[in-house]
Amino acid sequence: MPKRLDIKKILIIGAGPIVIGQACEFDYSGAQACKSLKEEGYKVILINSNPATIMTDPDLADKTYIEPITKDFVEQIIKLEQPDALLPTMGGQTALNVSMELAKLGILKKHNVKMIGANPDAIELAEDRQKFKDAMREIGLKCPESFIVEKLPKAIEVKTRLKLPLVIRPSFTLGGTGGGVAYTDKEFEELCQRGLNASPTNQILIEKSVSGWKEFEMEVVRDNKDNCIIVCSIENIDPMGVHTGDSITVAPSLTLTDKEYQILRNASIKVLQKIGVDTGGSNVQFAINPEDGEINVIEMNPRVSRSSALASKATGFPIAKIAAKLAVGYSLDELKNDITKTTPASFEPTIDYVVTKIPRFTFEKFTGADSNLTTSMKSVGETMSIGRSFTESLQKGFSSLEYGLDGLDTPQNKKINKQTILDELKIQSSQRLLTIGHALRLGIKPNEINNITKYDKWFIYQLKKIIEIENLIEESELSKEIFLLAKCNGFTDKKIAKIKNKSEKEIRNLRHKNNIKPVFRLVDTCAGEFSSKTPYLYSSYDWNFHNTPFCESNPSKNKKVIILGGGPNRIGQGIEFDYCCVHAVYALKEKGIETIMINCNPETVSTDYDTADRLYFEPLTTESVLEIYKKEEENGEVLGIFVQFGGQTPLKIANELENEGVNILGTTTEAIDLAEDRDRFSETLKKLNIQQPKNGFAKNLNEATTIANEIGYPVLVRPSYVLGGRAMEIAYNEKHLAAFTKSALEVSSNNVILVDQYLENATEVDVDIIRDSKGEIFVAGIMEHIEEAGIHSGDSACSLPPFSISKEIQNNIVEWVSKIAQKIKVVGLMNTQLAIKNDQVFVLEVNPRASRTVPFVAKSRSIPIAKIAAKVMTGDFLEDILKEITIKDLKTFNVKESVFPFNKFDGVDLVLGPEMKSTGEVMGIDSTFLSAFAKSQIACGTILPSKGKVFISVDDDNKKFILAIANKLLNLDFSIVATKGTSKFLSNNNLKVETINKVKEGGPHIVDAIIANKINLVINTTKTQGSIRDSYSIRRTALTYNIPYYTTIAGAKIAVDTIEHLKINSLKVNSLQDLI
Amino acid sequence: MQRDIIKNQHLRPPSAALIFDDGEILWGHGLGALKSVIAELCFNTSQSGYQETLTDPSYAKQIITFTFPHIGIVGINDEDLESNKIYAEGCVINQSIEEYSNWRAQDSLSSFLKKNNIPGIIGVDTRYLTRKLAVDGAKKVALIHFGEKKESFDNLQQKLKQWSGLENLDLATSVSATNEYQWNYGLWKQNVKDKKYDNFPIVCLDFGIKQNILRNLKNLNFNPTILPAISPTKEILNKKPKGIFLSNGPGDPDATIKIILPTLKELIDLKIPIFGICLGHQLISLALGGKTKKMYQGHRGANQPVKNLINNNVEITSQNHGFEVERSSLPNEVEETHISLFDGSNEGIRHKIHPVFSVQYHPEASPGPHDSAYLFEEFYNLVKKHA
Repeated sequence: MPKRLDIKKILIIGAGPIVIGQACEFDYSGAQACKSLKEEGYKVILINSNPATIMTDPDLADKTYIEPITKDFVEQIIKLEQPDALLPTMGGQTALNVSMELAKLGILKKHNVKMIGANPDAIELAEDRQKFKDAMREIGLKCPESFIVEKLPKAIEVKTRLKLPLVIRPSFTLGGTGGGVAYTDKEFEELCQRGLNASPTNQILIEKSVSGWKEFEMEVVRDNKDNCIIVCSIENIDPMGVHTGDSITVAPSLTLTDKEYQILRNASIKVLQKIGVDTGGSNVQFAINPEDGEINVIEMNPRVSRSSALASKATGFPIAKIAAKLAVGYSLDELKNDITKTTPASFEPTIDYVVTKIPRFTFEKFTGADSNLTTSMKSVGETMSIGRSFTESLQKGFSSLEYGLDGLDTPQNKKINKQTILDELKIQSSQRLLTIGHALRLGIKPNEINNITKYDKWFIYQLKKIIEIENLIEESELSKEIFLLAKCNGFTDKKIAKIKNKSEKEIRNLRHKNNIKPVFRLVDTCAGEFSSKTPYLYSSYDWNFHNTPFCESNPSKNKKVIILGGGPNRIGQGIEFDYCCVHAVYALKEKGIETIMINCNPETVSTDYDTADRLYFEPLTTESVLEIYKKEEENGEVLGIFVQFGGQTPLKIANELENEGVNILGTTTEAIDLAEDRDRFSETLKKLNIQQPKNGFAKNLNEATTIANEIGYPVLVRPSYVLGGRAMEIAYNEKHLAAFTKSALEVSSNNVILVDQYLENATEVDVDIIRDSKGEIFVAGIMEHIEEAGIHSGDSACSLPPFSISKEIQNNIVEWVSKIAQKIKVVGLMNTQLAIKNDQVFVLEVNPRASRTVPFVAKSRSIPIAKIAAKVMTGDFLEDILKEITIKDLKTFNVKESVFPFNKFDGVDLVLGPEMKSTGEVMGIDSTFLSAFAKSQIACGTILPSKGKVFISVDDDNKKFILAIANKLLNLDFSIVATKGTSKFLSNNNLKVETINKVKEGGPHIVDAIIANKINLVINTTKTQGSIRDSYSIRRTALTYNIPYYTTIAGAKIAVDTIEHLKINSLKVNSLQDLI
Repeated sequence: MQRDIIKNQHLRPPSAALIFDDGEILWGHGLGALKSVIAELCFNTSQSGYQETLTDPSYAKQIITFTFPHIGIVGINDEDLESNKIYAEGCVINQSIEEYSNWRAQDSLSSFLKKNNIPGIIGVDTRYLTRKLAVDGAKKVALIHFGEKKESFDNLQQKLKQWSGLENLDLATSVSATNEYQWNYGLWKQNVKDKKYDNFPIVCLDFGIKQNILRNLKNLNFNPTILPAISPTKEILNKKPKGIFLSNGPGDPDATIKIILPTLKELIDLKIPIFGICLGHQLISLALGGKTKKMYQGHRGANQPVKNLINNNVEITSQNHGFEVERSSLPNEVEETHISLFDGSNEGIRHKIHPVFSVQYHPEASPGPHDSAYLFEEFYNLVKKHA
């Protein structure tokens, strides 16, 4: 059927900020949907609160609303734009939930908006666990036995009936939040309570555990004629019991016979038909008993998902793009396969390689978090790797992870020996595959490992093969045969170097001397059956010395630039950098330069084969980048390589690449060094007469103590050379200093730590500028942080333009930043962080690269700054570029707010500090600062109360600042409760306040009050370790019960101002296109 | 640790070779039987079902290149056979086969090849082969597993040059059963649906029939008698069949039709419901006056989209054929029912008057998707209507 003509305007809802369970895969799918619907001539209206997305670029939709994704805001947009249809399946659970709310409340009907892609009944049937199970039973499919309960006593009855271990799954939550597997009575009760709280409907499902069964996923696409195809089957190496987002997975499924596979295929199609997913992509999860092949359906997602993004990248079949076209009426046979450009979209992709996905965790950021894996997702990102064999693919995956692994290494930070190994194997840790590898090293038999871990034996045999090769390399001369054997099983040069106790360079030279080089292969959806026109490539050592190696790379004769991506998402390195890479590609395309992307993150837009001219899906290591560079040099002219856009990942290897003769475009590595080496940087600032906080560096505790005494406490302690402020802490006294010095030394790659003067309650500022090779400078944006200096800039909210900094100081800032840029001869982007205290400016740090704030600045000012930078880096001058762009004065305030994953990590404190903890960001745009701030809060799920009771507890230093805030709250008719100290202080100042116990003072205490729903807002600042410990449960409980909380005075002040502001002002929506 | 790795192909000299008639030789390592074979090289893009593929009689006189690199992971079991032996002449596999793992596995693929006296070669770049076949068309090759003693290939190359290939080669009658037999087994893990279906006797003419066809027929409560390909009409009618099934099989349909044309014509004229699959489809088309030709590269895989022209649906099908029915050659009384969405070639027909229909692809799957299993029901309905 051709496309629908009764629809003209379509509303697409995005996924909002990056959180655990919902990462940039929805930017990829949303951007594809926007493009493909616009291509069909539809008017596309988009709402997404996440500014760091490609989909919110103003040219992707006809109207782009960067507004909170809530029912109220979407309804406003519907009223304003009057779309004919709503596509709810592109923005993850967020979009699905808000769409369902709109449908249930009759808002869609009222405004005559049709839901396309999936209808409300189907969504309900798929999402409501009981209805889903009933539906499965009707079509003859088994599900694990289960009951839904709404109260704890009922749960305990169920436990008696089903017997532990049991899985607890809260209804309607994202990434399994609040769920888990209970093995003991205590765990069971805790999990049930937590699950009931986490579920928006206060429902949990208690399910018989199929832990240890094999787990499979099927990615299905269905059209309105009931044509169904399976795009990809995915097998989880980790058996059931670990959330699929946290599992290492392979595609296609490997350990099923065709008979077994076809049962899954039939069942997944039946599931879609039964649930009634009219058109589009869905995924269906199955568990299979490894003893007898019994199949259970676990769940289905009636929308594009993380795994559909993975399936798209794994096969080359763009699920979101096709799903969008199917949603507007096309059928599969009417659409072309984009990769081959010759075959139809209606065939099932078949692949001739093995794809491995490995999740990326950041437990090191969250002291106290349980790093064991369960049914609730904990990873923040993932890598995908492609190889011709499982071993090649797997080891590539490990080296892509940016953990410092070079393959199947020994588990990190763990001493495992023969005595402890069997116990270690029982632990479902994020390093379990490495532990299995190590068990094999220690001589444990595959059968025994299989008994304990339930990993399929075939995977264990493959790991054994890796370990055998490792031993072989260790014990023998590195003959060219052994070398090639190692390479085709995924051994990196670095790994071989480690085993042989040589440098990576020595190994690389030896390899090149033996003429052992990778070949490149096409991802073509069809296993080579048809010729493919799309250069989507991966490397492999699938050749031998007896035959001529076969390579499909075919570099063009064009001028080209290689852009290095950001690798897996993690905290401190997220979607912002992917945005920058994609814009770098766009800029070079405009200049007619061929773009070559290297990246290994399947969630991203940069790894869409549509983005760059050529895509290499490869790890971002020196080895793989060099091989690609050499390949591309065989034809045409490689102008150089971009390391500025992908965050820390490419920067880390810039020096090594340059030493191998690679041309780094833009700012030189020398300049990067100058900025990153604190010592040299301090020298430079001194020469320029620019003030920075007093500082020094130390190699041990003694040195650190001496420096701290010179500077005076508090001091900021951090390792040099890390991104996202890992192991950064504020020490208020010698005791803190000792503790922090130890942990900072551990993670510092060069065993040096930095000790800086900590400017308390200073205002922090971020500045992004672009400089060209002639020395002209363009100030892209000055952002004022809301939280005081000392909170990691990635975790602070900020405003563009600044809301409280004087023109003079802004001029001072621009002058200094420009001086620095000139001095270190930046070409491209530079981000500077500064602090202002008592009208004095201090430079905190300089990053001569694209920063996290680039997309936010670009959206705020409607200026494509990443693109400008890319052009400047390839020789263009700002003068010429800026002539073409109209730069208007800012008419709006733009507030960026950070989003945190605390609800995913039990036992982790919510206090912010110099170590970055946020996973994502939202943006609020409005004509006043407070309205913009209010939107940013709503967008990240914080609903500010308009009345009720506020709990206040602040440390002594901050008491003087709380008075005005408390006063204002009372004037706004709030009542205040406070713990003893704060209460006394407030009543001494004649403010009306109730006193409540701290937790350690015994009940009824503040946590009881929060649980009893008696508190509407929490303001809680702490300073000493003791008070942080004491108040920990307050913050955790506020989080669990969804009570807004502020842990800084600055944040609290603005929140209260906003509450006041909202009493008289209502929030209106504005599209980016209208604001320009 | 026991070192299985030293047996790895990369550490040993080649023990097998694939020889093309243009002189190109690809070296690899041998699997299965120590011997040499000459056959047509083809590739199959299925990711699963290598056991079914190898035991499919339609692969007679062919060497199968598996495009998926890991073959052999799930071993071999008794339930997934499509015939009593491997019919392919040999196979080409990319990755080495070590251990296998599956709850139904009883044997390894290497051992299965050995027991069937079939050679294989591993460590060859199957992607290269696939692209070569896709671009240059089907190839005649010799596969030799010579083990440790490499001899001169002169003789083999000579033989390869002399072999005229699959064209004009009747293989169907030679792989056919020599004696009649009955079939009593239904589909794997599915109950025979005897309650719903009447029991009809049918005759299946065996040109190399896959057992899953028989299982599908049995599941519809048919009572299949399998007869040799060259059974005379009288013998067929002796079984009092309510329907006739013409099976899949290897070789050039033009060669086979020469042997069975009279019988087939008689059966069609008798208005007994007839259903054909693959070679059966080609034979019916030829008997009705159509023409067949050798394809450039053939269709072999489990992801082939076919459009049903009657209801406009897309079926994902399993296919394995190197000859096709020429669409333009179909006479007026024949209606085209299915076409390939890959290249528009013919995938199915039905007679406008007689109860005869057939498809080029494999609704019995095995390996492959079950989207087209409805065709067996259609055959049942046709039989019932004419019974």
